[in-house]
Amino acid sequence: MKRHTISVQVENKFGVLSRVAGLFSGRGYNIESISVGETLDPKVSVMTIVTRGEDQIVEQINKQLNKLIDVIKVQDLYDVDHVEREMVLVKVAPPQEQKAEVLRLTEIFRGRVVDSSPKTYTIQITGDESKIEAFLELVKPMGVKEFVRSGKIAIAREKSKS
Amino acid sequence: MKVSGAEIVVESLKKEGVTHLFGYPGGVVLNLFDYLYDAKGIKLILTRHEQGATHMADGYARCTGKVGVALVTSGPGATNTVTGIATAAMDSIPIVVLTGQVPTMLIGNDAFQEADIVGITRPCTKYNYLVKNIDDLAPTIREAFHIASSGRPGPVLIDLPKDISAGMGTFNWPEKIQIRSYNPTVEGNKKMIEKAVDEIAKSKKPVIIAGGGVILSNASDELRQLAELTQVPVITTLMGIGSFPSTHPLSLGMPGMHGTYYANMAIQDSDLIVAVGMRFDDRVTGKISAFAPNATIIHIDIDPTSIRKNVHVDIPIVGDSKNILTALNEIVKAEQKTQWGQIRMAWLKQLDQWKELRPMSYTYSDSVIKPQYVIEKLYEATGGDAIITTEVGQNQMWAAQFFKFDKPRTFLTSGGLGTMGYGFPAAIGAQVAHPDKTVIDIAGDGSIQMNIQELATAVVYELPVKVAILNNRYLGMVRQWQEMFFNERYSHSGLDVVPDFVKVAEAYSAIGLRAERPSDVEPVIKEALKIKKPVFMDFVIDWKEKVFPMVPAGAAIDQMLFDEEEAPKKKESKKLKAVK
Repeated sequence: MKRHTISVQVENKFGVLSRVAGLFSGRGYNIESISVGETLDPKVSVMTIVTRGEDQIVEQINKQLNKLIDVIKVQDLYDVDHVEREMVLVKVAPPQEQKAEVLRLTEIFRGRVVDSSPKTYTIQITGDESKIEAFLELVKPMGVKEFVRSGKIAIAREKSKS
Repeated sequence: MKVSGAEIVVESLKKEGVTHLFGYPGGVVLNLFDYLYDAKGIKLILTRHEQGATHMADGYARCTGKVGVALVTSGPGATNTVTGIATAAMDSIPIVVLTGQVPTMLIGNDAFQEADIVGITRPCTKYNYLVKNIDDLAPTIREAFHIASSGRPGPVLIDLPKDISAGMGTFNWPEKIQIRSYNPTVEGNKKMIEKAVDEIAKSKKPVIIAGGGVILSNASDELRQLAELTQVPVITTLMGIGSFPSTHPLSLGMPGMHGTYYANMAIQDSDLIVAVGMRFDDRVTGKISAFAPNATIIHIDIDPTSIRKNVHVDIPIVGDSKNILTALNEIVKAEQKTQWGQIRMAWLKQLDQWKELRPMSYTYSDSVIKPQYVIEKLYEATGGDAIITTEVGQNQMWAAQFFKFDKPRTFLTSGGLGTMGYGFPAAIGAQVAHPDKTVIDIAGDGSIQMNIQELATAVVYELPVKVAILNNRYLGMVRQWQEMFFNERYSHSGLDVVPDFVKVAEAYSAIGLRAERPSDVEPVIKEALKIKKPVFMDFVIDWKEKVFPMVPAGAAIDQMLFDEEEAPKKKESKKLKAVK
């Protein structure tokens, strides 16, 4: 089982997300994360889908996505040099003596405190998955109340002409 | 100039060449029906159930190659079409289903007769639309027909809110359509085609397996040419029946669960499979890991997802069957070296031996009617010149096994979804398309009751459809499985009360005939074929009769079971037992 990040260009119409999601649920493929947003061309959206499966299943997923009428282009980034980013918003309620430590970790991870209350900090961290996992591991013992992850977005690296 | 939405819809259909549509009225489609009341050049066939309408559109499409059209109301009218849509989707049949919808303002309000039919049918249509702007109506219909009939065909649904069909708008008919995200590959890859020819020339034991895709792309002539040029025998899947003449010496019949002995043996022993427009369905492959263990597989299909979905493929060729077969034939014709007859001699001899060893057969009885006998007599009486539809179950398999089909688009059956209740409305749809042809639905007593109300449709429009009911008072295929695999525990497969089909026919002002003894079969068929009205032929058949050969679920396709009562034909059949 390999994990694939698939970038799917679709027509920006209502119902498209449900066609894509329905394809995965109807055929028993799993979605680890999905994120959708508009592109330079407002008539086009890009969905970044993270899925996992044997080669034959992933081949089917790519083909099935391509078969959907509203899908313009499917790019499996597995063998493509690309950048992946994810964002997490973490609400931490550390004990008084660990407040400074939370802020220090945030700095180390180049995060930002985006909201604070007398008892909590809401911290924004961006990065690849391992960075986010690492941050969560470190702050969990200090009292994480909740967190929300954006799901992955990815883009292929521009080929450098040398 | 502004025209009504109803006018835009109907005039668009006419521009698409639609002459018949099948439908049922209701509240939110009244404007459409009103426009159809005196519209010229287009006729609506009023059905008795919306499921019937979709199956009729499907039957019409299968036998003509045109797009079949159904028009129904919102809510229950729309949900009743779902089985018909799913049936068409599984068999790649081009139909367009127009459903009414509550006014745009009310969508989402749980309004009277509201159903989210676009949501419901998303997984069983090729594409579907909700028209929200009247000016989009004509382009949407144009696009829907294009999508339904191109690439791998399939059903498309258009949901029409009441205010759209009742409103006024512009008739924007686009002459050309361009959908940037939809460009099916139709030409096969040249290198792959060349490689395929090399493999066919190298192979000692090749078979072609032809599926419904050959019929959909009208490639029967090209298929026949390839088979004859290269002397490769042809197996036709249930959906491929008619794509290659059953009576041709190179024909091996149907493969799979109820396939012929020789087709299954040929596949298992083959060193090359040329699969054309078929998708290696589980009913064809049996146990997938034991399927054709020594074969190189060339797979020609217009749908890339069909390739490598179930079996490993060595040479995939994506594209339209007709184009690819034409290209293959051109290379074969140009290449003079190969002595095709010579290199196939041993293989064709082996196939003849298998054919002789276990031909398709059954044990005739002169006391009780055997269903296979009925099918044989239907074939004889029509000379094979008929459109045959089937229901699903034993009737479907016997029809596939014992009727001979020499032409495409003459055998209409629900292969993928396996929809009981398909055959009768499909036959009506076929009869609408071909008023002068003999159209026969081969049915069971269970299946015919699933859409029996359409007899009224056949009577009203004077469509002389014939229905041969193989009446065994059971859901025969279920009963067969219970007998063979569930210790004869016949749980809910007996239809304790079967209506008197002769009286049912008469109640609808149609004709009913009954055959109770084998000697009645031929006279009943002959009489029915003479009558220019719908006829139910009630054949009281041997309820114990089973469909053989049979590959049990999960077994390899050479692990066939045969009729135990049948006397072994040759000494070698002992050896066959050992194979089991």
